[in-house]
Amino acid sequence: MSEAHSAPKLNDIQQQALKCAIQSGLPVDSRPYLTLANIIGGSEQQVITCIEEWINNGLIKRFGLVVKHHKLGYNANAMVVWNIPSHLVDEIGERIKQSGLVTLCYRRPRRLPDWNYNLFCMIHGKDRGQVLQQLNQLIKTCQLTEIEHDILFSYKQFKQCGGRFHRQHHTAPSAHCVPERKAINHG
Amino acid sequence: MMSTVKVDTLGQQIIDRYQKGFPLSTTPFKDIANELGLEEQRVIDCVSSLQESEIVSRVGPVFNHEKAGASTLAAISVPEQLLNEVADQVNRFDEVNHNYAREHEYNLWFVVTATDEQHLERTLRAIQNTTGYAILNLPMEQAYHIDLGFKLNWS
Repeated sequence: MSEAHSAPKLNDIQQQALKCAIQSGLPVDSRPYLTLANIIGGSEQQVITCIEEWINNGLIKRFGLVVKHHKLGYNANAMVVWNIPSHLVDEIGERIKQSGLVTLCYRRPRRLPDWNYNLFCMIHGKDRGQVLQQLNQLIKTCQLTEIEHDILFSYKQFKQCGGRFHRQHHTAPSAHCVPERKAINHG
Repeated sequence: MMSTVKVDTLGQQIIDRYQKGFPLSTTPFKDIANELGLEEQRVIDCVSSLQESEIVSRVGPVFNHEKAGASTLAAISVPEQLLNEVADQVNRFDEVNHNYAREHEYNLWFVVTATDEQHLERTLRAIQNTTGYAILNLPMEQAYHIDLGFKLNWS
């Protein structure tokens, strides 16, 4: 849209304010981006263009409905950690991604002697059995039989909220997140 | 045991379609309504009720905090009987946004997000001092697959 190109970009302060404003979610009304624009002192089109840019440059991983899985019966989640020879970790990481069986797959450093796992993935399921089944399938599909691993099921959720931006030069907390304590059903 | 909340067909459709790619137009709810052949108000009501029943925590961004500032996955090993107490101490830090107990010798796992590396280091030191436990600091080095919302099984 030509209007979008001619409009100046939001300045740094407005951008920071927009990050703070959207991290706890869009207002659910007919013109959410206009509401945000009014809050941060910009135009609706500037807000939309700015969010588009953040999606394009990867600052925003996804933009949409964020579901609380445990409310839908997804009561089991396991972090599965692997000790993979360093020269193979990239290749195996890609293979795990391709399998479509995990929600996350990250490489992290070893911390010897306390911690010798370098690849982390997350598996969600309705119960423990479903997660283990998915893990078995993952091991088969990605040929991971020989790789040392450990399964860390979660059993209590003490806090979960989106990551937060902090308004610079302000001491007030930028978003509200009530820590919750939940027992997670083992299934 | 937690009860599972039922989601109506419209709610399921909206969740399946818009965990990512929420419209960036002046009237996003109207766009969704048009796609589904509905009135805008029905979509707004549906999303509001998904939020009220806490099935959806928000409509908005999932930020990549590695890119946005600095963040890390941290773990500590706490005697089981002190877990709740230490978890509360950790939760009190604004910079902590996920905090879970997991079945392992390292039994408390949390994500720390900060504006920059210095802020992150400072926060980790402060958590270490407050709790008295050494932190296992595991920053992400490479993302092979990031959370894009996963396909839900509604049955």
